[in-house]
Amino acid sequence: MEENVITIWNLTKKFGNFTAVDNISFDVRKGEIFGFLGANGAGKTTAMRILCGLSRPTSGEGTVAGYDINTGQEKIKRHIGYMSQKFSLYPDLTVRENIRLFGGIYGLKDREIRVKTDAMLGMLGMQSEKDKFAGDLPLGWKQKLAFSIALIHGPEIIFLDEPTGGVDPETRRRFWEMIYDTAEKGVTVFVTTHYMDEAEYCDRVSVMVDGKIAAMDSPAGLKSGYHARNMDEVFRIIAGRAEREE
Amino acid sequence: MKEFAASAVKEFRHIFRDRRTILIAMVMPVVQIILFGFAVSTEVNDARIAFCGDMSDPEVRKTVDRIDQNKYLSIVGRIDRPSDAEDLFRKNRADAAVCFAQDYGSDLISSGRTGAEIICDGSDPNTARMIASYLAGVISSEQTDIGISMAGEKKISMTPVVQLMYNPAMKSSYNFVPGVMGLILMLICSMMTAVSIVREKETGTLELLLVSPVRPLWIVISKMMPYLALSAVNFASILLLSHYVMEVPVNGSLLLLSFAALVFVVSSLALGLLISVISSSQRTALLICGMGLTMPTMIFSGIIFPCESMPQILQWVSDIIPAKWFIIIVKKVMIQGDGMASVIKELSILAGMAALLLAVSIRSFKTRLQ
Repeated sequence: MEENVITIWNLTKKFGNFTAVDNISFDVRKGEIFGFLGANGAGKTTAMRILCGLSRPTSGEGTVAGYDINTGQEKIKRHIGYMSQKFSLYPDLTVRENIRLFGGIYGLKDREIRVKTDAMLGMLGMQSEKDKFAGDLPLGWKQKLAFSIALIHGPEIIFLDEPTGGVDPETRRRFWEMIYDTAEKGVTVFVTTHYMDEAEYCDRVSVMVDGKIAAMDSPAGLKSGYHARNMDEVFRIIAGRAEREE
Repeated sequence: MKEFAASAVKEFRHIFRDRRTILIAMVMPVVQIILFGFAVSTEVNDARIAFCGDMSDPEVRKTVDRIDQNKYLSIVGRIDRPSDAEDLFRKNRADAAVCFAQDYGSDLISSGRTGAEIICDGSDPNTARMIASYLAGVISSEQTDIGISMAGEKKISMTPVVQLMYNPAMKSSYNFVPGVMGLILMLICSMMTAVSIVREKETGTLELLLVSPVRPLWIVISKMMPYLALSAVNFASILLLSHYVMEVPVNGSLLLLSFAALVFVVSSLALGLLISVISSSQRTALLICGMGLTMPTMIFSGIIFPCESMPQILQWVSDIIPAKWFIIIVKKVMIQGDGMASVIKELSILAGMAALLLAVSIRSFKTRLQ
């Protein structure tokens, strides 16, 4: 039996009268690339914030990396990585200082940070850029660096919040190669995206509409289920039923 | 703790890399002290006095000499009619005019009563008032001297001897050094803290710090560290400047003064955090700091307008401004040389405010995260 790293039952989050996330349940398996889709305002950011330990659910239960989402938020934070569409780097810090910072706030020892820094720079081929400001790097490099930094503490799950926003297709493709490599090492990848071609790369996809999960299957399963040629069509059929305004 | 250190190092890097901000933060107190010290002085120096009267009258001559010898006043010329004073004011050749009545000397000697009119340029009321009182003082002391010498012991005339304690030279720097100190510390701590937190909110990097295992409270505290350091540097530079350039002494305990500054800085940092919670962009944060903090502080903390002369309702408003209490403490400790016992009331109020602000701001910051 495959091991689940994320298990969510009946998760609900309300802000006053507004129900952002409405009674959702799902599992994510270890090493899976899980696509979390939904139009703006469908509630995916809210749901993801709860999974990352940033926010508490109004009701519902679940575990992330083996820790309870209601009580184990601090422990969850130690076992997950997070990267947002802003590439998660400080432009006024150098490449090395960025690595040091995130190593430091995740509690790595100085020696570990040094070793990891060298390994990371070597792997990314950025040895000669280590003292450049992160803000001066080309977009594709920033993104690769941010991704590597999000993995610095060896998390079991990495959350990617629209990681490829505003990036050209070629860079996006190479970024997905990194995602595949990471998933192969057993790290679970939880990714939100606007690009439907990216949804095709996921092992499994869920589509949120009006705070609920409207569909969840492999891309191939969804396409045949909705008689659609590609994920874009699938998404339009499902998200077209939305009643909530953005 | 290591996590905290890593995030504090980052904050220091941010502000030291930002040359412009650090320059403004370091230079601002110096500029303000010098500006207030030399340009915005409310002291009267070398007021130019014109006079109108009969120069053949020995009493008039004596009085005019006496005015000229006063180190704050100098005679610039004689006018024929009192109405000519206006012309001089318009051409900016004189600040005030003294017009002696006809038969000034003989009236003074015969009856002890005579008249002299002081005309001032009221377009600058503060200066006019001060010049007028200087002039009145000089003239009346001359009249008294004459009265005594003429009438012998018969007439008892009384001139009050005014002694200004703590500030014998009436230097306005004694008032503005504490004021500028309050203003600068508040600006540095609350404005810069608010802007730095909101900036991370804008760029989305705050999320990144929050998903890390570092507790939100420690993230906030680490963001405050550089500003705490910066305000310590500013505190020192203001004290040094005021001591060596403005010659304002530190009569009381430096330790007590520093402690009061620390309490005030904590309250300002908390205010900054509170502003960062309610504002969503750096621009909003700046606006709130400018309109909501700096202006009321300038107006209500007693830097420019004394709180005692405000209407009751505005005095209540001034009571909720932390800077007012800090400035009172600084005046008491720095200028009057008072000890703990005399500032305990103000210090407790300030500490209470700091504690309250800190509690409220941390609470709202945490709620905002949910």
